[in-house]
Amino acid sequence: MTQATEEVRVPITTDDDIVTARQEGRRLSSVLGFSSTDLTLIATAISEVARNIRLYAERGDVELKLVRERDREGIVVVARDKGPGIKDVDLAMQDGYSSGGSSGLGLPGARRLMDDFEIRSRPGRGVTVTMKKWTLGGG
Amino acid sequence: MAVPILKQGDYLIASIQTALSDRDMLELRDDLLKRAGMLRSKGIIVDVTALDVMDSFASRSLRAIAHMANLRGARTVMVGIQPEVAFAMVQLGLNLEGVHTALDLEEGLKFLDRITKETGDAGD
Repeated sequence: MTQATEEVRVPITTDDDIVTARQEGRRLSSVLGFSSTDLTLIATAISEVARNIRLYAERGDVELKLVRERDREGIVVVARDKGPGIKDVDLAMQDGYSSGGSSGLGLPGARRLMDDFEIRSRPGRGVTVTMKKWTLGGG
Repeated sequence: MAVPILKQGDYLIASIQTALSDRDMLELRDDLLKRAGMLRSKGIIVDVTALDVMDSFASRSLRAIAHMANLRGARTVMVGIQPEVAFAMVQLGLNLEGVHTALDLEEGLKFLDRITKETGDAGD
């Protein structure tokens, strides 16, 4: 059903990798029919989830892939870490909540920037955020 | 230094030229505050035209620059926020509360001329 056409994995181990991940995301998405506004939304959302890795787990990776389905195409971003995990995911998804001294807008903000957003966490075993954005009209 | 800072009269102008890492952003904050004190600047312009993304960290850092500079007697204005960046900031729920903004460098300079003349050395 879903066919991945291009894929990039960006290891997140330093602050510079946050920039690399969002730039790769923009580059990859730009081959689809995204508007420049959408490209900026995607890059911003990637920046937030990549920073979350640095803040809470120190290292992890961001996987970016283009997907084409029968009637639409888009980008899938998977941010993974093996850090301490999030105790209360519902709380972490609330605007302004932060356990790490940040603004608390990163994850809930990223959810608003993308079309689909899913977060999974197992305490002590890390966090996986999967988010997608689809082009308008599709292919 | 990732971001060049130019002195123009009583003002400092920091022109962000490329995407900045979090570390670059903090370095910019420290450099600007240090130089504003050293040069007794009355105003600071941060030109973000070339910034690819204004995420929560960047906006928090820029807000910190403006507030810290204000406590040291210098007014700060952010110029050049691109339309798509502004859109993303609104969606993300970010605001630059308490930070002056202007369309571009020219408007930013006019703005600083006006408020530094109006208020003299006093605050807002």
